[in-house]
Amino acid sequence: MAKKRIISFTVNGEAVEVLAEPRESLLEVLRDHLRMTGSKEGCNNGNCGACTVILDGRVVNACIVLGVECEGSEVTTIEGIASAETGLHTIQTKYLEHAALQCGVCTPGFIVATKALLDANPNPTEHEVRERLAGNLCRCTGYDKIVRAVLDTAETMRGEAG
Amino acid sequence: MASDKKYRVLGTRPIRHDGVDKVTGDARYGADVHLPGMLHGKVLRSPHAHARIVSIDTSKAEAHPAVRAVITGADLPGASEKPSHEPIHNILAGAKALYHGHPIAAVAATNVHDAEEALDLIDVEYDVLDPVMDVREAMKEDATLLHDSLRTSGLGEASDEPSNISQHFRHQHGDLDVGFAAADYVIEREFTTAMVHQGYIEPQNATAHVTPDGRVTVWCSTQAAFGVREEVSDMCDIPLSNIKVVPMEIGGGFGGKLFVVLEPLAVCLSAKSGKPVKMTMTRAEVLQATGPTSGSHVKVRMGCKTSGKITAADVTLAYEAGAYAGSPVSMAAMCVLAPYLLEHVRIDGYDVVVNRPKAGAYRAPGATNAAFGSESVIDELAKMCGIDGVEFRLLNAVKEGDRRADGPVFARIGFIETLEAARDGEHWNTPLGESEDSSVKRGRGIASGFWFNIAGNASATLSVTADGNVTLVEGSVDIGGSRTTMAMIVAEVLGLEAEDVHPIVGDTDAIGYTDFTGGSSTTHKMGWVCHEAALAIKAEVVERAAKMLEVDASEVTYHDDATLTASSKPDEKLTFADVAAAANGTGGPITAEHSKNSGGAGPGFGTHVVDVEVDIETGKVSILRFTAIQDVGHALHPSYVEGQLQGGAVQGIGWALNEEYFYDEKGLLANASYLDYRVPTTLDVPMVDAVLVEVPNPNHPYGVRGVGETPIIPPVAAIGNAVAAATGKRMYHTPMNPAYVMTRVLS
Repeated sequence: MAKKRIISFTVNGEAVEVLAEPRESLLEVLRDHLRMTGSKEGCNNGNCGACTVILDGRVVNACIVLGVECEGSEVTTIEGIASAETGLHTIQTKYLEHAALQCGVCTPGFIVATKALLDANPNPTEHEVRERLAGNLCRCTGYDKIVRAVLDTAETMRGEAG
Repeated sequence: MASDKKYRVLGTRPIRHDGVDKVTGDARYGADVHLPGMLHGKVLRSPHAHARIVSIDTSKAEAHPAVRAVITGADLPGASEKPSHEPIHNILAGAKALYHGHPIAAVAATNVHDAEEALDLIDVEYDVLDPVMDVREAMKEDATLLHDSLRTSGLGEASDEPSNISQHFRHQHGDLDVGFAAADYVIEREFTTAMVHQGYIEPQNATAHVTPDGRVTVWCSTQAAFGVREEVSDMCDIPLSNIKVVPMEIGGGFGGKLFVVLEPLAVCLSAKSGKPVKMTMTRAEVLQATGPTSGSHVKVRMGCKTSGKITAADVTLAYEAGAYAGSPVSMAAMCVLAPYLLEHVRIDGYDVVVNRPKAGAYRAPGATNAAFGSESVIDELAKMCGIDGVEFRLLNAVKEGDRRADGPVFARIGFIETLEAARDGEHWNTPLGESEDSSVKRGRGIASGFWFNIAGNASATLSVTADGNVTLVEGSVDIGGSRTTMAMIVAEVLGLEAEDVHPIVGDTDAIGYTDFTGGSSTTHKMGWVCHEAALAIKAEVVERAAKMLEVDASEVTYHDDATLTASSKPDEKLTFADVAAAANGTGGPITAEHSKNSGGAGPGFGTHVVDVEVDIETGKVSILRFTAIQDVGHALHPSYVEGQLQGGAVQGIGWALNEEYFYDEKGLLANASYLDYRVPTTLDVPMVDAVLVEVPNPNHPYGVRGVGETPIIPPVAAIGNAVAAATGKRMYHTPMNPAYVMTRVLS
């Protein structure tokens, strides 16, 4: 076992320092060290998207990023989507209104992926939504209500911006 | 087709009470449990499909500085003396390893990586045996045997010879010879389906803490908190009442989390180490060693008149049970011909052990495999008769008073209504059109399905708060939004809003016994219990209001808007909140609890229509359009009912087109990841139109039928029929992946 390292990075706007083994993933750093358990482990292999976070503007699966790679980085997790000032994000409200979750375990990853999708493309087509969310697996909903929630979120946010 | 009664809350779509927690990451699932001083447990699994365990040496693992406990099959108290075919040995192997991934030993260490390292230090000597992987191979007389102690229960009689066939049963009535002699067309077809997994996103997990006084707490992801309590009690030989099971939020189950896999191991490791022990499975472990559903061989012989009337049906179902007896073949037999009125019928079922993980329950267990056979044959007969698939089914459809093929008589059911909805629906009446690409052929398919649904035991407690709201503790694990439906029922009875009722799922010490969340039973049984408990609150509120108004309770009327008046004092009016605020002074807190073993489950019928495109040069099948129609009884929260239809349909699409366990020639699982065991993604499916037909169940206060399971039954057959329509070649195998489709197209 290699010696532990200190990793300094930013999570949801707050500077953090973590003492972790080099072999530990960003997901382990978030869940086990920072106790931010909103990001979920579904596969630990980059296949399911339940641990989706935004790392320096890129959507990544936290399970296949090493914690030590995040030195100096900015990470946005599901815990950073809503805020005390503004309450739930429109994405979160729309997921609830559309009943776009059943068991809810994939939901944090979907919401983070949706945030990244809409940040990059505020007016996606249904196909673009499906293409950009194809890395996130949901086994409960059949995706219908998720896709509708994302399209409705985009429309609502364009209205708010407009 | 709305229900007769008008409801104020039921039928609306309130935001779920646990919703904010689930969209912010606050909801606590089993893997999120963290206790002070907690150890981490991992499982050593068999690298062989079939092997005798000669010896296990754990001494090197025990010497690892981070290791605190190691257990093997000998440490599972309930397993001693049990014959090898008893499923307790599935939790931790006894004399033999019976599938790739079978637990052999478990380790608890101070962190998860050290626990994994320590597994490598356990020396196991195996005597490797030939595996038997396929149901028909396993049924042969000279087949390799999994269990020396397993005897066939055959048509009610026990055999003397060891066998891989644990059970052979038969449902029969009428005279097949007469029925087939009356037929103008008779066809016999054989189908095989590959073993598939539920694919819930959250892997199994369990955290156990055994305290020095012998009290046990288990936090886990389960559909059956009370079932976990019983299984841990049996397997670990601990008195039932010493065990508290705390069901955490559950990340999907679909039947796959009805039975324990980790909990007894975590309890034994905690007992041995004196520390809390947490265990979580990897995705590979989930696929290797939880409870997928059976691969199967289904044979269907059916005859009909040129008029389309079915004269006889003869079905043989052979299901892989995995390493221990208990496939869902008996349930498959209840469902396979249930939609049709048959005078001459025989259904044979075989439950067969093979060197695969023990089959669990997967959404309408067994029914999808069987319906693939029966609904494909129905489709072919309809085409032989030149009759539209909806009309052919309508000619033979069961209705109230008809006898199901395996015996029971139907109460009011809505199968015909689902067929009429299909016939009259936009999808069925929209021309299919053609692809611009000449190598891409389109086809439309239809299939129906039946699931009996169950009821069962349920308990709930209501407490009125001083500000006029109600808290609800229910015993059913909420796997997809049910706690909101329960709150809606309480609100409906009491004239409140859904948001005024605050539901939680209780642990096994906090609430009365409740059967598992499954069998599409929860809304039926827990809904009934919440209804009764709310009526009790209502009656008590009337009593308290009478005290406050100083009148006899018989004078008091409880109005739909949660106000109360007395006939002799027309100018005075109380609200539910007034009575709640005064409760401590009018007799004490207002609470009610209700428990019930409800009967009267209402069967669910579904009919699905699907349009596909088949690329006849590559064999790729694409789903263009999907409509799922179902008699749901009464949709209390329509969004969540639609979600059940949509989710079930998409699981069915995965089953039909992609999903399969792929074992190599040594019986080793070659695709134990989501990359290689590929469930549908957003890109693989279209929107799914959910059509809710509401024929109320006469045996439930709100007309509830279960809805969760039926939607996975028709899709495989419907897609098979659509591919047949597109290509002219019948589908006899799942998955209908490009390789199989090309084999058929080129045949």
